[in-house]
Amino acid sequence: MLLYLLRRLALTIPTFIALMFVTFVAIRLVPGDPVEVRVGERGISPERLAMFRHELGLDQPVWQQFLHYTNALLHGDFGTSLATNQKVMVEFAALFPATLELSAAAMLLAVAIGIPAGTLAAARRGSLVDQTLMGLSVTGYSMPIFWWGLLLIMFVGERWGLTPVSGRIDLIKYYFEPVTGFMVIDAWLSGQAGAVKDALHHLLLPAMVLGTVPLAVIARMTRSAMLEVLGEDYVRTARAKGLPAWRVVGLHALRNALIPVVTIVGLQVGTLLAGAVLTETIFSWPGVGKWLIESIARRDYPALQGGVMLISSIVIVVNLLVDLTYGLVNPRIRHG
Amino acid sequence: MAESTVIATSGAIPQDPSPLAAFWSAFKENRGAVAGLVVVAIVVLLAILADVVAPHAPNEQFRDAVRAAPVWAEGGSWKFILGTDSLGRDMLSRLIHGARVSLFIGLSVMGASFVIGVLLGLACVGLPGALGQAVDVAITRLMDLIMAVPSLVLAILVVAVLGPSLANTIVAVSIVTLPRYVRLVRASAMAELGKDYVVAAQVAGVRRLRLMFATVLPNGLSPLIVQAALGISDAILEAAALGFLGLGAQPPTAEWGTMLADAREFIRSNPWLVTFPGLAILITVVAINLMGDGLRDALDPKMRRS
Repeated sequence: MLLYLLRRLALTIPTFIALMFVTFVAIRLVPGDPVEVRVGERGISPERLAMFRHELGLDQPVWQQFLHYTNALLHGDFGTSLATNQKVMVEFAALFPATLELSAAAMLLAVAIGIPAGTLAAARRGSLVDQTLMGLSVTGYSMPIFWWGLLLIMFVGERWGLTPVSGRIDLIKYYFEPVTGFMVIDAWLSGQAGAVKDALHHLLLPAMVLGTVPLAVIARMTRSAMLEVLGEDYVRTARAKGLPAWRVVGLHALRNALIPVVTIVGLQVGTLLAGAVLTETIFSWPGVGKWLIESIARRDYPALQGGVMLISSIVIVVNLLVDLTYGLVNPRIRHG
Repeated sequence: MAESTVIATSGAIPQDPSPLAAFWSAFKENRGAVAGLVVVAIVVLLAILADVVAPHAPNEQFRDAVRAAPVWAEGGSWKFILGTDSLGRDMLSRLIHGARVSLFIGLSVMGASFVIGVLLGLACVGLPGALGQAVDVAITRLMDLIMAVPSLVLAILVVAVLGPSLANTIVAVSIVTLPRYVRLVRASAMAELGKDYVVAAQVAGVRRLRLMFATVLPNGLSPLIVQAALGISDAILEAAALGFLGLGAQPPTAEWGTMLADAREFIRSNPWLVTFPGLAILITVVAINLMGDGLRDALDPKMRRS
């Protein structure tokens, strides 16, 4: 097991190096000079310009810049935002809990609805219920979520007035210092009446939008895993000894069908983070996705570079953890 | 009738149905897939005949009918069946021309990543010796890297570097979808390489290039065709998302995602401006996905999702 772990860890190192290299090169290929972005339109004296260039290390050879960049990254320095003059890491860390909260809520919805739906479809295979659920699943999987979000805003938010359509909480009614960065938990800690409910209200629509694609994928995956398991001998044995159907399907079969489903859940992290860019933009959710899009609009390339680097690192680490857990659960993978 | 008697009397062995006929009989079993195929055919026809079918030019502005309602709503007219947008351009005509843009993006991305994917995937497996191993490791690592960056984030990065445009959207989305093809080709080529018929071909002295392209590739083609079909719908979705973020096709191109972005500010006053472009994306993507599922079931019984 230790050997497997080390081998798997070693495999991610080249990926990280390549990631550093690619983001470094990509940003240097961007048309326009970062110094110009910083000084703005008015222009400055050549001496000041040279000073800025020196400050940003742009007067050194490219390979030296790359070494500096790598060195800084290894020390946790992801650069400084041109727009706010803050460390990219600091900005990212402040915004990430919002994205994490949204993604977690979306995943919770997807799992809580997707697994029962997939199980039901498999148990009633070929029936109208099955066909309807799978039809919905294809629709969810094909959904342009930015449009889905706008539709929900239009109907649930505006026309029926059921939920708020932007932000994380009503800032006029409730104010408290962030403690954990998770609005729902912070609201609960603040003890203000109605704050938790308001935060959950704000969370509902964005989580629905972001959860749609994972929900469809999980439902479909659960269904096919269940169908496979339902044909196994031990399920037949369970049926033969007279167990009620819900016990056979819900306990004996589901527990075994869940192994591939768990992997799929883990692998949805990339989908969630990509979806967060769109969802946060639509719902003015102050997370890293919205921040990334704003960085492009402001031509804040260090922020973009650092953001891409950080988001990708998270995906790499989570995928690694999923692999390791899977190896832990399933010895056939570990020794394969 | 006469034919079957002839066969019976001459004692010939009945022939297997042609591969195409076998495929079709399996494909038509799946009603969803057939429905998808019909819708895709309609969208393709509309895209090809856009100039003839569309009632107006996509960028013609009717200044006296800005944000007109669709025909069934109050104040709607048959002149603009689905209404007009904020510049008085006919919605239906823009949607029809948008089909052309979206299909063009989908097919270009699919074509580019298919061809490059096959070349890289076969290069991973087919090159001899130490060089081959090095190439394999390099390509596999690069694909891992691309897969590690969330698709839309990578596409955004590429577009930020190259600048937003229709052509760069195609480049960005092709890069994002490339690893799926490379991995598929590499995996199926590796599986085929050990089989007897490949060894036989090698023994017979078939050269490496021919071996890879003429012997190995055709036998691993089925999953690749399925991936290609589903890849078109993915590409359309990604491109529309980029367009929606203002990083894709630029105005005045009638692209569905860009149209949605333009319509966003009228979400309260003119909901249909937001409704139609999204519906067009959804219907097209669902149809292609249903068709792709049918392809999978028909081409590869092993992959059939029971």
